[in-house]
Amino acid sequence: MGKRILAVDDSKTMRDMVSFTLKGAGYEVMVADDGVNALSALKGEEVDLIITDINMPNMNGIELVQNLRGDPRFRATPILILTTESDDGIKQQGRAAGATGWIVKPFVPEKLLKVVGKVCA
Amino acid sequence: MLPAAHDDPFAQFKVTFFEECAELLADMEQHLGELESGNYESETLHAIFRAVHSIKAGAGAFSFARLVEFSHKFEFLLDELREGKLVVEDDLVETLFRSFDVLSDLVGFAQNAEEPEGSYGQDALDQIEQFLSGEGVDAKADASAEAAGDPAAGAASPEEAEATQDEAGVPAATVKDGTSHFRIEFTPREAMYRHANEPLLIIRELRDLGRTETTIDTSRLPSLQAMEPEDAYFSWVFDLWTTHGRDDIDEVFEFVIDDCDLTIVTLDDSNTVVSVDVSPGRSDTEDDDDFGFFVDVSEVGSGVVSAIAQSIAPVKKAAEKMVPDTARASTEAQPTATEAAVKKPASPKAGAGAAGPATTNVKAASIRVDVDRVDRLVNMVGELVITQAMLAQEVELGEEMSADRVGSGMDELSMHIRELQENVMSIRMQPVKSVFSRMPRIVRDVSKKLDKKVRLVTIGEDTEVDKTVIEELADPLTHMIRNSLDHGLETPAERREAGKAEEGTIRLSAEHRGGRIIIEIIDDGRGINREKVHELAIEKGVIQPDAQLSDNEIDNLIFAPGFSTAEEVTDLSGRGVGMDVVRRNIQSLGGRVSVESFPGKGTRFKLTLPLTLAVLDGMIVGVADQKYVVPINSIIETVRPPKKDVEMLVGGGSVIRIRGDYIKVLPISMVFGLEGGEQDPSKGLVVLAETEGGRTVGLLVDALAGQQQVVIKSLETNFKAVEGIASATILGDGSVCFILDIDGLSKMKVPEGRRGSQSKTRSAAESNDNDQGKTAGVAAE
Repeated sequence: MGKRILAVDDSKTMRDMVSFTLKGAGYEVMVADDGVNALSALKGEEVDLIITDINMPNMNGIELVQNLRGDPRFRATPILILTTESDDGIKQQGRAAGATGWIVKPFVPEKLLKVVGKVCA
Repeated sequence: MLPAAHDDPFAQFKVTFFEECAELLADMEQHLGELESGNYESETLHAIFRAVHSIKAGAGAFSFARLVEFSHKFEFLLDELREGKLVVEDDLVETLFRSFDVLSDLVGFAQNAEEPEGSYGQDALDQIEQFLSGEGVDAKADASAEAAGDPAAGAASPEEAEATQDEAGVPAATVKDGTSHFRIEFTPREAMYRHANEPLLIIRELRDLGRTETTIDTSRLPSLQAMEPEDAYFSWVFDLWTTHGRDDIDEVFEFVIDDCDLTIVTLDDSNTVVSVDVSPGRSDTEDDDDFGFFVDVSEVGSGVVSAIAQSIAPVKKAAEKMVPDTARASTEAQPTATEAAVKKPASPKAGAGAAGPATTNVKAASIRVDVDRVDRLVNMVGELVITQAMLAQEVELGEEMSADRVGSGMDELSMHIRELQENVMSIRMQPVKSVFSRMPRIVRDVSKKLDKKVRLVTIGEDTEVDKTVIEELADPLTHMIRNSLDHGLETPAERREAGKAEEGTIRLSAEHRGGRIIIEIIDDGRGINREKVHELAIEKGVIQPDAQLSDNEIDNLIFAPGFSTAEEVTDLSGRGVGMDVVRRNIQSLGGRVSVESFPGKGTRFKLTLPLTLAVLDGMIVGVADQKYVVPINSIIETVRPPKKDVEMLVGGGSVIRIRGDYIKVLPISMVFGLEGGEQDPSKGLVVLAETEGGRTVGLLVDALAGQQQVVIKSLETNFKAVEGIASATILGDGSVCFILDIDGLSKMKVPEGRRGSQSKTRSAAESNDNDQGKTAGVAAE
């Protein structure tokens, strides 16, 4: 059974690229364009992994991670944050919020899949 | 499988990217305008930052180096701003605008696959540098150095951190066959589980590297009662024989490095320790910090796996229990659908107003549509199919079929089709905001250049119009705003003298009225200098020296072809384009433009445009042997006035009295030179129609032939503009039918006497070009 991944990014380009890459590798992909919509997309849904951007309107990635970790359903769900190389401090914020790991964007497909494979058995 | 990286698997997303850029840039421009007008809310800055950030991320994905480089700098500056390390002030806003321009251009270059000059945008970069070299940047540099230097700070004990230092220089003990033997001691901390990292996966990954032997230490496992399900009690020792280097091992632990105690030693054949490396510490390898994990796991033999699984099970179970087992229906479709894009037919002129270089090879040709609208369409198509099936069934019954039911089926069908049509049209409707939002920028730049103080007020930005109309609107609107700034508004000194506030105001408004959109540009400047315009018009041969013109007609001379107030041509509103071009552009959209001037008080430009260029609700009227279409939304009522209320005028035409008001009646047959049409309003039918200016005019026709939606075919495109006729359409029987232009008609004079239809029609068409400039734009009021 394919793993389900929720990709959260306010940039459609990024969402498309992430979901294209993941779908190509057989994952099932849901998308959301900000933290608030991610949370509502997760209502009544289970996912095996969440990949989220940081800079988003309404609810940013860090807040999203905090929210998810506060929800018993998602305490044990791996969460990867997508960040640019300049966001060094962000990685630590993500870590403090409870994210599982990070991926630097832009990414090459192989890299994304490798990292996803790491957290999504 | 996925193609290799160098094939650019993401090339297909370029279109999306550029579309997104266009949107982001438009938003940015708007937000910059807000900044300028003194709105320093942090959300504004954040929004600008996010836009640049998104552009940078996308640009990186497509390797647009220049764009990445520039947006990176720009982003950095914005970051300073939103963190409050720099203060927004005039100079800075200037730099932001300049940077925005460069960014737009670079996006344009990238889109056209062009390479800008090496020095392009350097001025903006210099300006950014200048701001960053202030105090703010130092603080930032320190902060980021700190962050980069030791991200694990706090987690690492001093000794451990020290031991991390020399990993690169350590020679791995290599056994003859190229394998090295590592011993890895791995003790997760509870934080690792909190970050949702799985020891199991780490173990699996290690096993991918080579042969492993694993020992698990369960000595810390407390009694069941004392056990905290989310704590970490196990630790592992892995012996790994691998041909991979240390880097690969580090990578396995990358996400967890800060959440575990990790010791990696290299052993030689005799199990002598060759080198030791203790974690935690940053496990970055030189070439690969593209990702990482915040927790760590180690490798175990299969026996251990179940033990780990057990240790994690409580957490997972707890988690699973909380998940209601709801249906997973269509989860994917929903969020994606919000982005549904509907292709529109490529318009040759589409997108001409977009920022940056004009020609593009990855041109945006899609619209974002609200998912509700798409859903409604799908529903309607469903209804249509059902109705059609029902009808087909009825018809198959042959003679037994009930005419009644077929009739009602047809009614239903036409209802559905109409609904469908309306909804399809609505997809193309977009708020004028996208055009209006570009104007503050223009006002700003131009007023700065002219040394004028100007405030731009926009009203009705959410008014929706067809996308093509929006696209075509940008240029004329820009030009008119420039014109108002340049010619309309005075300098602060002049304004003071005239007893006005130094700051001039330009109001840009949009609203729906009578099925059209009305856009007004009102300035409180000096108004049009009629004497000068009049003189110039004579000088240029636009009008005859002895022509008697009303004030309003003089004002509207500025739209006449060949008229440009040459004296006043500046690099701003000049640009080789006159107001006549503006008028032509608007007219080609089926619109109209007029100007009204109040000397000393200001000028009002008024644009009226159809909401859509495609269809129109029309009343078909019969005149002599012809049919015409009157746009329904301009019809007020249809009357047959009693004889006593009709006054025939000398020279044709008449006036009727309705509820105390006198209304001019134009016999359509006479206007178009048709033989046999009714001339007496008390015998024919008078269609009372409203002009854009709100005036009522009566159209005398012979009969009403019914109401229907008609598809608009441009007369200008297929033939030429004809006075009194807005466009043409094709009726159900295949005949061509003209759509009347109420405004145009209301300004036409009833020709004296009657002439043969042919000669009249021709002369109307011929004379049209000449006097268009003089009459067609005269405001209706």
